[in-house]
Amino acid sequence: MAKPVESLKDVTIRFAGDSGDGMQLVGGELANTSALIGNDIGVLPDFPAEIRAPIGTLPGVSGYQLHISSRDIHTPGEEYDALIAMNPAALKTNIENLKPNGILIVNSDSFGDRNLQLARYEENPLENGSLDKYQLFLVDMTVATRNALRDLQLSAKVADRCKNFFALGMVFWLYNRTTDHAIGLIKEKFAKRPELVEANLLALKAGQSYCEMTEQFATSYEVKPAKLPSGKYRNLTGNTAIALGLIAASKKCGLPLFLGSYPITPASDILHELSKYKHFGVRTFQAEDEIAAVCSSIGASFAGALAVTTTSGPGVALKGEALGLAVITELPLVICNIQRGGPSTGLPTKTEQADLLQALYGRNGEAPMPVIAASRPSDCFETVYEACRIAIKHMTPVMLLSDGYLANGAEPWPIPKIAELPEIPVTFAKNPESFAAYLRNEDTLARPWATPGTPGLEHRIGGLEKEAVTGNVSYDPRNHEYMTRMRAEKVEKIADDLPPTEVHGSQKGSLLLVGWGSTYGAIRTAVEHKQEAGKSVSRIHIRHLNPLPNDLADIFSRFDKILIPEINSGQLIHVIRDKYLVNAIPFNKVQGLPFFSSEIEAKIDEILGE
Amino acid sequence: MSVKEKTAPSNGSSELKLTKKSFESDQEVRWCPGCGDYSILAQTQRTLPNLNIPKEKYVFVSGIGCSSRFPYYMNTYGFHTIHGRAPAIATGVKIANPELSVWVVTGDGDGLSIGGNHLIHAIRRNIDLNIILFNNRIYGLTKGQYSPTSEFGKVTKSSPFGSIDHPFNPISLAIGSGATFVARTMDRDPAHMQQTMKTASEHRGVSFIEVFQNCNIFNDGAWTKYTEKETRDENVVYLQEGKPLVFGKKRDKGVRLDGFKPTVVSLTEGKYSESDLIIHDSSLMDSTYSFILSHMMEDPTLPVPLGVFRSVDKTPYDKALNQQIDDAIETYGKEPDLQALIEAGDTWEVI
Repeated sequence: MAKPVESLKDVTIRFAGDSGDGMQLVGGELANTSALIGNDIGVLPDFPAEIRAPIGTLPGVSGYQLHISSRDIHTPGEEYDALIAMNPAALKTNIENLKPNGILIVNSDSFGDRNLQLARYEENPLENGSLDKYQLFLVDMTVATRNALRDLQLSAKVADRCKNFFALGMVFWLYNRTTDHAIGLIKEKFAKRPELVEANLLALKAGQSYCEMTEQFATSYEVKPAKLPSGKYRNLTGNTAIALGLIAASKKCGLPLFLGSYPITPASDILHELSKYKHFGVRTFQAEDEIAAVCSSIGASFAGALAVTTTSGPGVALKGEALGLAVITELPLVICNIQRGGPSTGLPTKTEQADLLQALYGRNGEAPMPVIAASRPSDCFETVYEACRIAIKHMTPVMLLSDGYLANGAEPWPIPKIAELPEIPVTFAKNPESFAAYLRNEDTLARPWATPGTPGLEHRIGGLEKEAVTGNVSYDPRNHEYMTRMRAEKVEKIADDLPPTEVHGSQKGSLLLVGWGSTYGAIRTAVEHKQEAGKSVSRIHIRHLNPLPNDLADIFSRFDKILIPEINSGQLIHVIRDKYLVNAIPFNKVQGLPFFSSEIEAKIDEILGE
Repeated sequence: MSVKEKTAPSNGSSELKLTKKSFESDQEVRWCPGCGDYSILAQTQRTLPNLNIPKEKYVFVSGIGCSSRFPYYMNTYGFHTIHGRAPAIATGVKIANPELSVWVVTGDGDGLSIGGNHLIHAIRRNIDLNIILFNNRIYGLTKGQYSPTSEFGKVTKSSPFGSIDHPFNPISLAIGSGATFVARTMDRDPAHMQQTMKTASEHRGVSFIEVFQNCNIFNDGAWTKYTEKETRDENVVYLQEGKPLVFGKKRDKGVRLDGFKPTVVSLTEGKYSESDLIIHDSSLMDSTYSFILSHMMEDPTLPVPLGVFRSVDKTPYDKALNQQIDDAIETYGKEPDLQALIEAGDTWEVI
């Protein structure tokens, strides 16, 4: 008799296991399958910085959290409805956020004395009643997987590595997911080792059969497709979005793309992705260090390429002097900072928004630079495209801020039409009669872009102060003050180009939340909940952090209170208080993790006196 | 295709009508009177008209230091960058536009200390740059501290008790980094410098030239033994391709190899003749020989070699990169479909 299927609006699932257990792979596959089914999704890959910490230990636990919904959602969920724990360490580090009565599937084979000890359990949690408030399912996954693969005569070690697909099979059954995509993934991923294709396919099937056949699981669930705006969609991570956005900008502006980069977590995937696209004329240069990465990009920009460097906070610190050079030589350049927890090496695989002040001020001298931030994984596409547009139009380096949460997170992306993207016109200086290296455009104050190879425009640029118009070296005091002002004014003028800031909710009221970057989903979800509950709460989300939009002062004046949630100790709030003299309220979290929308809701309640 | 390859060799300078003056910028040269840099600037301006490369295709990139003011005085495209980073910036220029003739001007502090990493990696990649390292064995612009090529024990402002740093040998470093072209010349021998620059420019891949350059303010006479007429012939051996290593005012001495050890022998005593000497061959792919030559500098009984130590052919980085791009375009077509790219992978329609 078929088991009953219960329908859910949305569900949050977390896979947790050892770093070598393949949790990211199966978590990502569940995300892709769910997106293809038509659900909206939000994901949070959460893995350690060590490639393989000692097996079974607490630091070695790797998690993948997925929020699947029949509605339009903006976060990877908070407390999970289901946790799949592959060993005691995974249970210990993740049980805290499993909802009461949540589904807890445990690989009971892994709960031997040694693993319990490694996870610092004094007694076996499966036996002492501590998990009674959950729906606990003990599954001997290791043995069941070995049994399923018995005919293949693989070594135990190889067979055991297939148990992630056994676990995925169980989740697929539990949430009624189709297996076509997973089968395709297994065939592609293990194409060079046919025995592993067979083994993983069998493990996937065995996981499904296990749930179907045993009496342990009485009910399965379904999550219907979400009603997203019509169009063609794909699943997209923030890092892939940046890579694609850069190629799109390169194509639109007609300049070949040059990427100078040095491997660093969590930015390296952009380098990996772009290095595939040589047929789009993309030149990727893996430099000897962060400094060479940005310097090669500055050189490429001088020579007329669309030049980009990708990195994370520690890399930006190393690039600082060169960024000053890009500022004073007024060359277009896009710097992508995929932020991670700091200071120093900090938390390489965890997310943080703590490089905003570094982006704004982290250079010697007065070196103003436009800064823009992406808010969602798919928004990285548009934001990096915008960064390229600003860089070229205004002849300036532009820093784009993303972070680990956006970089590795994924969401359905309504694929844009390339033909409909804004144009990025490029004008190279050609005429020796009217050329001067620092003769500025009257509207934008941008200087001309004259590339080597153009006859008659031979000129010298460099890091010494420039004389206005000619660009010759100048130590004149008044000229220095003038040029300092010009560089600042040029950046300020970008604000005239920006669209009006959208206030979501009433245009005036009690409380305005001001967000930037990856807090978008949590803030939006929290504010929408409160608005549904009839509260006077609105929100804005700032993409352009330097210069800030021209209409902010007016918007701020219409609200009694302003709340600024940030994944740092309060950085945008310094800028806002400084510039607008408003008594904004900070709300901060610095745990290497994104906000939960419930945390923001609680803060809203506190402020509104609930 | 690089500039060098596609340039026809014959009387280009007359076709392009370039002269030394064409390469002089309108900026006043601000090195100390008597500085060796003046000679290097003049020899560069004399050499470039003879390379048959249009003026707009030259780019001079420098770092920080006295030598690095060089681009301001050249009427070419120029980029005076930041300390030590010229090779990295020049790399970006060359990759973005392989048609350009890109020159890096650096010094012993800029290139070997703060910028050592970029120098060795640019050399290792064999990117088609011409790197000129002005070696005056001192920090001049910061007024006289010991540099990575200052001799052990050197007393300077920052080493009042004598430097306890062991110096780099720039030629050995370049060879050790896998340089495909390595040469040494000096500020006091204009003809040799011009010839060296021309040969370097014609080399496919990275060219590294060390120039003995005198800083008459902070380290006057560092190279006197090798540069001055009275002593030069006894202390310097000019490397000439296919020729024995003969030196001396009367050309009465030679260098022969005793195992791996070069030794000076007399050609007048009857024991040795020219056929016993090292016959110079810069084309050896194995760098052992050029490395031995580079180390002659460390032995005061031996003359210091000037000229081309090593000149071998390996695929330059910029050429290989553009080959990969050409191959990819051949495979996937010249106008790849960007819309198809962003729609690649698993997609679904929401109606």
